[in-house]
Amino acid sequence: MKRLWAWAALIIGLIYFILPLVGMTNFSLKMRRGEYSFDAYAKVFADSRFHETFGYSVWMALLTIVFGVFLVVPTAYWVRLKLPYLRPYIEFVTLLPLVIPAIVIVFGYIRLYNTSSWLPLTGSYVGTDVLLVFGYATLSLPYMYRAVDTGLRTIDVTTLTEAAQSLGAGWATIIGRVILPNVTVAVMSGAFVTFAIVMGEFTMAALLNKPAFGPYMQLLGANRAYEPAALAVIAFGITWACLGLMQLVSRLQKTPQRPV
Amino acid sequence: MSFLTLTHLQKSFGTVKVVHDFNMAIEKGEFISFLGPSGCGKTTVLRMIAGFETPTGGTIEIDGKNQTNLRPNQRNIGMVFQAYALFPNMNVFDNVAFGLKVAGKPKGEIETRVKEMLKLIHLEHLADRYPYQMSGGQQQRVALARALAPKPQVLLLDEPLSALDAKIRVSLREEIRQIQRQLGITTVFVTHDQEEALSISDRIVVMNAGKADQIGTPGEIYNRPTTRFVANFVGTLNVVQAVLVNGAAGTVQIGNKTLQLSQPVTGKADGSSISLAFRPEAATLADAANGDAALSGTVISSNFLGSVLRTKVDLGGNIVSFDMFNQPSAVLPKTGDTVSLSLQQDGLMVLGD
Repeated sequence: MKRLWAWAALIIGLIYFILPLVGMTNFSLKMRRGEYSFDAYAKVFADSRFHETFGYSVWMALLTIVFGVFLVVPTAYWVRLKLPYLRPYIEFVTLLPLVIPAIVIVFGYIRLYNTSSWLPLTGSYVGTDVLLVFGYATLSLPYMYRAVDTGLRTIDVTTLTEAAQSLGAGWATIIGRVILPNVTVAVMSGAFVTFAIVMGEFTMAALLNKPAFGPYMQLLGANRAYEPAALAVIAFGITWACLGLMQLVSRLQKTPQRPV
Repeated sequence: MSFLTLTHLQKSFGTVKVVHDFNMAIEKGEFISFLGPSGCGKTTVLRMIAGFETPTGGTIEIDGKNQTNLRPNQRNIGMVFQAYALFPNMNVFDNVAFGLKVAGKPKGEIETRVKEMLKLIHLEHLADRYPYQMSGGQQQRVALARALAPKPQVLLLDEPLSALDAKIRVSLREEIRQIQRQLGITTVFVTHDQEEALSISDRIVVMNAGKADQIGTPGEIYNRPTTRFVANFVGTLNVVQAVLVNGAAGTVQIGNKTLQLSQPVTGKADGSSISLAFRPEAATLADAANGDAALSGTVISSNFLGSVLRTKVDLGGNIVSFDMFNQPSAVLPKTGDTVSLSLQQDGLMVLGD
């Protein structure tokens, strides 16, 4: 009986999660009347705006990852090393993006950095790029911080730091050559989640008027029938590829940690 | 002139004072052990020498230069940690080369020095291994080579053997001492294991509650402890209550037996009660026929410890232990037997307060 319920739960779960995806994929392949085809995908790939927005979002995602790593790794490291009593507060701050909507953050940016402010970032193209990277880094902060903090938990941060210091290393050397290489998997996990978030983000890019992938998906969805479904499948594929890469990197790292 | 000098060193964490006015002068090439129970401040003193803790007061000088306010990476001090602390992302070669690379040494020099160090610890063949591929003993030897590679002024060892099993511990401590002698490097070793400290040190600092209770050679510490704490902490000690019969003559009385000490007792009035201590090896089973029996009592237990047999005897309310070498022909006292013990005169110590 128990087994029956287990199977029932599994089937309901699969139907709940997979059926919409199957439906969407099925619909995306029905552009040509009466037969399955990749016409919708071909149209999407042929659209120059797809290349433009996809390339822009990939670039922004990479910048966000680099910025996130520079922000989060030293912060999490320093909190673990010198300010462990601040950990609960830092964790709370990093969780705020989960409860504060992106629209609030971006309106805050626009208000704070408008053209009449002392730092008019919204007045230039590069300025809004910078704001967008900051915004994306904020949105990915809960995931990036947690991933790095978990990675730091697996190594003896204090002793490794002291060992490096006794060998003459300064802070930059310690973080760059001792700490960061030992939390690579954690950083990669955070980086892939960040990548997935940036590729699908709409609100910030739209309100800052940036040519990102999220607004393009919305625009296409409002004006076309089959292409949005194809685009959604592509976006879904990108997310899953990111998750797959996370798993792969985790496995690669597990090998050298196995004791002989 | 001393090579490493600690003057009036103090350390407080908040309102808790963990090191009180610690003074010590260490000669170049000396092997010093800080010995004491957990929380006595020995590791804190070591960490202050390394620069990981800032002293609340006092100074640290190495070769005449004040190091007190220098950062750890400016002190040229090698340190070996209890938890090995090898960099997991680097192989043995890169771990040992780390300090040399940080110092910006030429590639050729780094390679030569690393090979030299690996030869010193007999691990040349493991240069490509990662820490996770080695045993604890091997890792600790690599940690030692890594600490020595940049030719530090002073080597600090923070309980480096505590995480290892008993056999490896003994062989590695001998190896550490041999390498230290070979290089002539001034070394400070922290341990709570008295056997370790006694076996490899030139001098031992017995620490208690943030202070150095006694500083001396292993022989002095073991045979002539100056405080009750040192006497109790180092080795096994029997303490019996006695009455001072004649302090100037060094005569004391235990029960109805009178004993002669090897030296006079000062600072105590005749007739006062004193604590008399002796090590288990200072007592032997007496031959009553020879008349050298000093004290008699009842055997409580006998324990086989391998090379020696330790017997506990009740001497009129004072429980004492004495050791006998394990000889197949030896007749062992049984529980409940009445035995007579003879005490070596120079093995008796009068404990202070």
